[in-house]
Amino acid sequence: MRVVLHVWRQPARSAHGRFVRYETDDVTPDMSFLEVLDVLNEALRARREEPIAFDHDCREGICGACGMVINGRPHGPRRATTACQLHMRHFRADTELWVEPWRARAFPVIKDLVVDRGPLDRVIEAGGFISARAGSAPEANTTLIGKAAADRAMDAAQCIGCGACVAACPNGSAMLFVAAKAAHLAALPQGEPERADRVAAMTTRMDALGFGPCSNHGECTAACPKEISLDTIAQLNRDYLTALLRAEPRADTL
Amino acid sequence: MRRVTLWRSFIGKKILMAATGLVLFLFVVGHLLGNLKVFEGPDRFNAYAEGLRALGAPFFGRGELLWIARLVLLGSVGVHAWAAAVLTRASWRARPVAYKSFEPVATTYAARTMRVGGVLLALYVVYHLLDLTFGRLNPAFEPGNVYHNVLASFRVWPVAALYALAMVVLGLHIYHGLWSAFQTLGLNRAPSEGWRRSVAAVIAVAIAGGYLAIPVAVLTGVLR
Amino acid sequence: MTPLDAHVPSGPLESKWTRHRAELRLVAPANKRKFHVAVIGSGLAGAAAAASLAELGYTVSCFCFQDSPRRAHSVAAQGGINAAKNYQNDGDSVFRLFHDTLKGGDFRAREANVYRLAELSGNIIDQCVAQGVPFAREYGGQLANRSFGGVQVSRTFYARGQTGQQLLLGAYQALARQTAAGRVRLYPRHEMLDVVVVGGAARGVIARDLVSGDLIAHPADAVVLATGGYSNVYHLSTNAKGCNVTAIWRAYRRGAAFANPCFTQIHPTCIPPGGHHQAKLTLMSESLRNDGRIWVPATAGDQRAPGEIPESDRDYYLERLYPSFGNLVPRDLASRRAKAICDSGLGVGPGGQGVYLDFRDALERLGRQGIAERYGNLFDMYERITGETPYAVPMRIYPAPHYTMGGLWVDYNLESTLPGLFVIGEANFSDHGANRLGASALMQGLADGYFILPYTIGHYFAQASLPRVAADHDAFRGARGEALEWLKRLLAKSGRRTVEQFHQALGRLLWDACGMSRSAAGLGAALDAIRALRTEFWEDVYVGGDAADLNQALEHAGRVADFFEFGELMCRDALERDESCGCHFREEHQTPDGEAARDDERFAHVAAWQFTGSDASPERLREPLEFSTVRPSTRSYR
Ligand SMILES: Cc1cc2nc3c(=O)[nH]c(=O)nc-3n(C[C@H](O)[C@H](O)[C@H](O)COP(=O)(O)OP(=O)(O)OC[C@H]3O[C@@H](n4cnc5c(N)ncnc54)[C@H](O)[C@@H]3O)c2cc1C
Ligand code: HEM
Ligand code: HEM
Ligand code: SF4
Ligand code: F3S
Ligand code: FES
Repeated sequence: MRVVLHVWRQPARSAHGRFVRYETDDVTPDMSFLEVLDVLNEALRARREEPIAFDHDCREGICGACGMVINGRPHGPRRATTACQLHMRHFRADTELWVEPWRARAFPVIKDLVVDRGPLDRVIEAGGFISARAGSAPEANTTLIGKAAADRAMDAAQCIGCGACVAACPNGSAMLFVAAKAAHLAALPQGEPERADRVAAMTTRMDALGFGPCSNHGECTAACPKEISLDTIAQLNRDYLTALLRAEPRADTL
Repeated sequence: MRRVTLWRSFIGKKILMAATGLVLFLFVVGHLLGNLKVFEGPDRFNAYAEGLRALGAPFFGRGELLWIARLVLLGSVGVHAWAAAVLTRASWRARPVAYKSFEPVATTYAARTMRVGGVLLALYVVYHLLDLTFGRLNPAFEPGNVYHNVLASFRVWPVAALYALAMVVLGLHIYHGLWSAFQTLGLNRAPSEGWRRSVAAVIAVAIAGGYLAIPVAVLTGVLR
Repeated sequence: MTPLDAHVPSGPLESKWTRHRAELRLVAPANKRKFHVAVIGSGLAGAAAAASLAELGYTVSCFCFQDSPRRAHSVAAQGGINAAKNYQNDGDSVFRLFHDTLKGGDFRAREANVYRLAELSGNIIDQCVAQGVPFAREYGGQLANRSFGGVQVSRTFYARGQTGQQLLLGAYQALARQTAAGRVRLYPRHEMLDVVVVGGAARGVIARDLVSGDLIAHPADAVVLATGGYSNVYHLSTNAKGCNVTAIWRAYRRGAAFANPCFTQIHPTCIPPGGHHQAKLTLMSESLRNDGRIWVPATAGDQRAPGEIPESDRDYYLERLYPSFGNLVPRDLASRRAKAICDSGLGVGPGGQGVYLDFRDALERLGRQGIAERYGNLFDMYERITGETPYAVPMRIYPAPHYTMGGLWVDYNLESTLPGLFVIGEANFSDHGANRLGASALMQGLADGYFILPYTIGHYFAQASLPRVAADHDAFRGARGEALEWLKRLLAKSGRRTVEQFHQALGRLLWDACGMSRSAAGLGAALDAIRALRTEFWEDVYVGGDAADLNQALEHAGRVADFFEFGELMCRDALERDESCGCHFREEHQTPDGEAARDDERFAHVAAWQFTGSDASPERLREPLEFSTVRPSTRSYR
């Protein structure tokens, strides 16, 4: 199959970028989208041109490293699918694809399709954890957790930190990412003691890092390869409101 | 700075917006119910308008409670618009570069037009006050004769059209607004989406439709 | 030649670790801050270690080549993690877990370490639950278990098909907490290129900032390598694209002995290679073998669709050959049998490289819902990749390189032969001997990181005398210079072949000669071929771009260059180990019914290779293996 790619090329953070048109007919339907970029890059090297830089590692849809906007959709048109798991059999032969990096103020482009997603780590550092030092844990089965709660926690915990939600959001908001982590830990009794502080800390950091506010567009969920639900956002807001009405959170735990 | 706040944080502002939005929403509902009395004829309708002013008697003097209500409304619009403005600027800053081609799949027309829709509503309200409350833009204005005033201005079809347009904008704003408010106030619990969206839609259509009925009725001569 | 001393404490097996812990020296709380530990790697082992050390008060820096510690390849682990909790009341115990693991490793692991691992397995589950890892639960709210290959009890804890991800997020979040507290400094997008040795001890690393290309000299009081496995030496494997041998290889060149490099696990249940552009192979969790039945058509060239092949014309060869374990035999057996079956022309799918993993019966038994509950996301992944749904047609699977039991040699304290250099997780030669049982690597990584290293490293600090060294120390200058030179050399050539092409060629060589079955002849030939290819590499490679920039081709080139040197050691080790054991199957040494024939007389030892110079051949040191509680038996799963 023959594919035309318009890929965003940007030499460096501050440099200005542009789309460059490439063409390859060395594509088979069983290839993943990243394998197409691999093939293209080999061709570019053969021509002594600079290959396209893009983040990737596991190629299994689990590490969250890959991510680019393909024809206006983060991770491409397939629902619940990362770019590395997007296979060409889902495209017509003779497709034309526009490939761009995540675009958000919080995610500056480093090179070509590679962006800096560090801010997502900063949000977790602010409070996206349960304080449990190694060695201090009680016997695992002393806290019973109903299957329903465990499943809810797991649904939210699946987030791979890819940043597609931010890329998809018209406001460049990280609400879904933050909400997913908050919902994961809020669903478990172990997460209860720090629940309010966690929400306060993570959302405050989120605002400070240059992510936008959420106005409930729902694009994030649609783009999320793990289909994290909008309900997690409702829950985050609910917990925030509760924290508001409740007494001051203890800053020391954070 | 880790405290949860209403005024500084994004979520806080959203909560303010939802709260004030709901106040405004309640007004719009009440106002609609009132306005529909126009179909009960001049006397009843004017009596209602008069009643508004007598509201709260004997504890309040004539018009006092109305003024309190007006202040609440004014405050709400102020806060609502302020929050809207701040959040809008923040989201513009957060998304400086646009995509070559972005294909929205989830967001609705209503959601995307909240901001401009809001502004239009604000402008509309200003015009509307000058038209029917102060009568500046309504040559045939007769203080006290509310029924007459409404019909007078709606008989001019461009005015009626303007109102109709505003009602559509209002409907859209309420449609996303209501659902959004549920979400912002954390009222949406799994499985949310589905029915809450439809409820918001039904309410929005009912309100816009109700309001629309009046100019339409006037133009079609049902009201005369 | 004196054998390596593993410093295993004396006394009965059951009490070794307890006693040892009591005897390990401690660092005063106030002083811990003064000790700086450089942890290379943020996987289960690295993140757990970095977080735990920081909790204790040490000053920690943590490196990874991904853009976030959360992306370490541990994230890809699907199946689960073992622990001897005996929650199922099916007769599990620390001793049984110890015994299964030792036996699974075909008696080529260090008894004391394996026992300690089994001993700590329970604490790991407790710790992870406390962190909020959402393990699967039963309706009563208690933790659920599944069974895994090579054992007859159900002791595997899991979080859907994303156990590694959830465990890693637990460790990552603990790490994040310490980062916020200022006790850990993260160095994402940094690749370690060398260990710096001062006064005979590891005193820091040279790392390349992958964005700016800067080479940073990073002094420390101890270095911990948690850099994972190197299955990518085969080019195609279940590992992430970035997995490499570079970190431990450079350490080897600086004096740390490399143990059992030829022990590489080929995983039986992977999606068969598709097109020629294949970038990596995808694992289908071994847990699928609990409910899936493996078979091939009984007669070669049977072209019927699997569904149309009646029971009578199917060969459920594992159930036939190993009645007591059936589809749950250890990985090395399952893989070797699959290869044998396919070589004999019975394989299915493109190129006859595949066997069926069939869920028909399980679907009848549990229903679609029940199966989805257990394997939903795995089935989706399979469908995404192959376009076929396992709910309707059986999966096609084929073995692929997956895990490397070999790694840097470490003693009981997880310290390598280079003082001050500790190695944890898959990067060390580990407790899995010649073959790793499923769900035991996550266990080992976390045991090392949470519960072993934090004690033993303190012991090291308490007795070592560590003069301050700064980044401008000659040793750092020198190492940095060498690294720079080496990068320049890689970029210098403007040859005709790309790094990828060389990597493919090397991979094919190793897969054929040093994969699922090995022979003296094949290995000998491979050694020459690799040397020749390596020379070509340095003559004819084209990398492109420059060193002071984000240059992914350069990163790859460096890793492949190291794979070349390492591949040679791998074959050498396979050649010298003139026996069959676990994954290491020497065609010359097999029982009549084709099982591995161990030679405990000559090879009941760990082979650890000592670097002696670039062109000199390395020295083969030994750590003899004694077994006090179990007599090495011939593994039988029949
Ligand atoms: C697909 C798959 C499924 C698996 N399933 C299971 C399972 O179900 N159960 C089980 O027990 N085991 C499983 N395993 C094995 C297990 O996941 C790994 O052995 C284990 O996670 C390794 O953890 P680690 O911390 O040692 O290394 P990793 O998690 O691989 O981490 C390596 C770290 O080192 C860093 N690093 C590497 N090289 C350098 C360098 N040169 N410079 C700087 N940083 C570097 C990386 O950035 C990364 O942070 C599976 C493995 C794979 C590949
Ligand atoms: C003064 C003019 C107005 C402006 C500028 C304005 C603007 C906005 C904006 C930008 C939002 C945010 C949408 C989102 O982020 O989800 C919003 C929400 C809302 N508006 Fe308005 N609006 C105005 C008037 C009104 C009126 C008259 C009503 C009453 C019918 C109203 C009801 C709402 C509601 C209920 C919401 C939902 C709050 C939320 O998002 O949680 N608004 N408005
Ligand atoms: C067909 C639609 C409408 C009609 C016929 C109508 C009619 C009127 C009339 C007659 C008054 C004057 C009442 C009095 O002075 O006693 C009034 C006031 C007002 N209307 Fe409307 N209205 C309509 C729609 C709206 C809408 C959609 C809004 C808001 C979004 C709105 C907001 C107001 C406000 C704020 C006042 C001033 C109330 C006060 O303080 O006295 N109206 N309207
Ligand atoms: S919420 Fe979804 S889209 Fe956002 S980071 Fe997590 S996985 Fe990616
Ligand atoms: S798209 Fe953006 S506006 Fe909110 S609901 Fe999702 S974050
Ligand atoms: S490369 Fe890991 S998710 Fe795509």
